[in-house]
Amino acid sequence: MWLKDFYVLHVLITTGIFIIAAMSLNLLLGYTGQLSLGHVAFFGIGAYVSSLVSLGFEINVAGIPIGITPKPVWFAMLWAVVVAGLFGWIIGRISFKVRGAYFVIVTVSFAEVVRLVALNWVELTQGPMALNNIPHLQLGDPATGWVVSFLRKPQSYYLMLVFAIVTYIVIARLVDSRAGRAMIALRENEPLATSVGIDVTRYLVLATAVSAGIAGAAGALYAHYIRIVDPDVFLFIYTVTMVIMVITGGKGTLAGPIVGGALFGLFPEVLRSMSVQPEVQWIVYGILMILVVYFLPEGIVPAVSRWWRSYFASSPPDIGVAAPAGEGMETRRGRS
Amino acid sequence: MDQFLQHVVNALILGGTYALLGIGLTLIFGIMRVVNFTHGELYAFGAYMMYMLVMVLGLNFFVSLGLAIVLGILLGAAIQFILLRKLRDADIDTTMLVMIGAWITLQNTEQLIWSGVAKSIDNPFPDSPLVIGAVSASWTRIFVLIVALALIAGSYALINRTKLGKAMRATFQDRETAALMGVNINAIHMATFALGSGLAAAAGALLGPVFVVYPTMGDLASLKAFAIVILGGLGNIAGATIGGFILAFMEELGAGYISSGYRDAMGFLLIIVILLFKPTGLFARKERIG
Repeated sequence: MWLKDFYVLHVLITTGIFIIAAMSLNLLLGYTGQLSLGHVAFFGIGAYVSSLVSLGFEINVAGIPIGITPKPVWFAMLWAVVVAGLFGWIIGRISFKVRGAYFVIVTVSFAEVVRLVALNWVELTQGPMALNNIPHLQLGDPATGWVVSFLRKPQSYYLMLVFAIVTYIVIARLVDSRAGRAMIALRENEPLATSVGIDVTRYLVLATAVSAGIAGAAGALYAHYIRIVDPDVFLFIYTVTMVIMVITGGKGTLAGPIVGGALFGLFPEVLRSMSVQPEVQWIVYGILMILVVYFLPEGIVPAVSRWWRSYFASSPPDIGVAAPAGEGMETRRGRS
Repeated sequence: MDQFLQHVVNALILGGTYALLGIGLTLIFGIMRVVNFTHGELYAFGAYMMYMLVMVLGLNFFVSLGLAIVLGILLGAAIQFILLRKLRDADIDTTMLVMIGAWITLQNTEQLIWSGVAKSIDNPFPDSPLVIGAVSASWTRIFVLIVALALIAGSYALINRTKLGKAMRATFQDRETAALMGVNINAIHMATFALGSGLAAAAGALLGPVFVVYPTMGDLASLKAFAIVILGGLGNIAGATIGGFILAFMEELGAGYISSGYRDAMGFLLIIVILLFKPTGLFARKERIG
C-alpha cells in the first residue's frame, strides 16, 4: 500500500500543510480580493509560537525575566492560532485604511520584519541556530494508558488530513455565511456594498484575522511534524508558492487551492526526479504564473467547471437551468 | 558628535541611490498604474551588468557604468513590450501578479547564470578615503553620490522641461484626455517603464562596486523602494526623492544607535508608521489610489 512508502507520505504531508495555508490565503485573495504577499509571516509565527510554548522559554525584557515552562503540544497549537490571528487583525487594522497596493506592500514588509526578528532575537528564537527537538503532538493521558502519538508518518498524515478537512469546512461555512456574502459583495463592487450598509473595513479585518489564524495552525502543524524551525520558514518563496497555488487552482473557489496545491506540491517532486536544478524549477513557476494570468485568469477549477457545464448543457435542449449559472459567470468575468 | 557626522555623510551617499530607486518606481506607478515588482531585479541586473563588463570583459569602469544603464533601459523596454503592453487596460491586481511572476523568473535566471556566490567589482578610485576633520568617505561613495544627484537632476529636467516629459505628466493626470489630445499612450508607457528601469539599473550599477553583487539583492531593493514610494506618496516624484534620503537617514542612524541587525527593518517600520498616521504619504497633495 502506498501509505507504507515514507517518502511518498512525507511529500503528501508537506503538500497537505501547504494546501491548508493556501486555503487560508484563498479566503483573503479569492473572497475579498486582497492579496496578502506576506502570508508566510502568519505561517511562520504559528510555527514559532507553537514551538516556543511547547518547549518553554525564558527571556529578559528590560531586566525582568519572562518565561514559561513547557506546555502540552495541543495547547501550544491553540496559542499559535490565537497569536497568528491577532497579528492578522493588527495588520488588517493598519492597512485597510487604504487597500489594494498598500495592503500588498504592508504584508510583504511585515513578513520581512518578522523574519529579521526571528533571525536577530537569538535569546528567544535561537536565531539561525534554529529551535530543535520540538515535541510532537500527543493526545491522551499516559496515566490511563490511552495515548495517541503523532510522531510517525502515517499518524501525521491522518492528523494533516483532519486539519485540512476542518479548515475546508470552516472556510466553506464562513464563505456561505452573512460575513462571506459581505466579503464577496465587497470584491465585486465595493461602493455598492458600502451603499447597502456593509461595513467594508470590519469584514476585511475579520477575513484577515481568520485567514492568519488558519495559516498559523498550518505553521504549528508543520513545526510539530518537521520538529525543527529556523528563520527560513519566513522565506518569501513560500508565500509565492501559496499565491501560485491559489491563482492556478482558481481563486474564490473552495476547490481551487486544493487542485492548485496538489499540482504545485507534487510538481517539484516530478522535476526533482528529472534532476532539474531548483532555480529552473522557480523559473518554471514564474513563467507558469504569468501564463496562467494571461490565458486562464480564473484558474483551473472555474475553467473546468464551465467546460463541464457547457458540455452537458449542450446535449439536453433545456437551457433554463444552465442559463442563470452561465450569466453569473459572465458578470464576474466582465469585471476582471 | 563625530560619529553622528559620519552617519550623516553615509546616509547622504546612500540616500542618492535610494532616491533613484524611488523615482523610477513612483513614475511607473503614477503613469502606468503598475506595481512593479521587477524593480529590484532591474537594480540587481544593473549591478550584474557592471560585474560582467568590468570584471569579465575588462572594460573601462565609466564606460561600463553607461553601458549598464543602457542595458537596464533595454531590459525594461523588453519587459514592457512582452508583458505589459497587452495588459494596458487590465486591473492593477492582474499586472501585479504578472510582475511577481516576472520577478521570480528574472531572479532565478540570475542565480542560474551567476550562481548564488556574491561577486565583488573593482573600482578605479584610490583606496585611501577623503578625510575632512573627523569624517571620512571613500572616493567610490563620493562618485556614487555625484552620479546619483546628476541622474536625479536629469530626470527632473526630462519630466519638467521636455515635450516627452509634458506628455508623461499629461498621461499621469488623465490618460483618456491625454490620448484625445494626441499623446501616444503606448509610447509614453514604453518611455516611462524604460526610464524607471534605467534609473533602477543605475542605482544597482552604482552600488554594486560599493557592496557586493548577489542574486537576491533585488528583494531588499524592491521593498525599500516601496517604502520610499509610500513615504513620498504613490506617484509623487519629489516625495520619492526626499523619501529616499529620509529612509537612508533612518537606516544609518538606526544601525548606528539601535541595532545593526535591524537596519533593513527600518523601511518597513516606516511604512507601518506612515500608514498609521498619514496613509497618503508625507507629501501627497491628493489621494492617488482608488
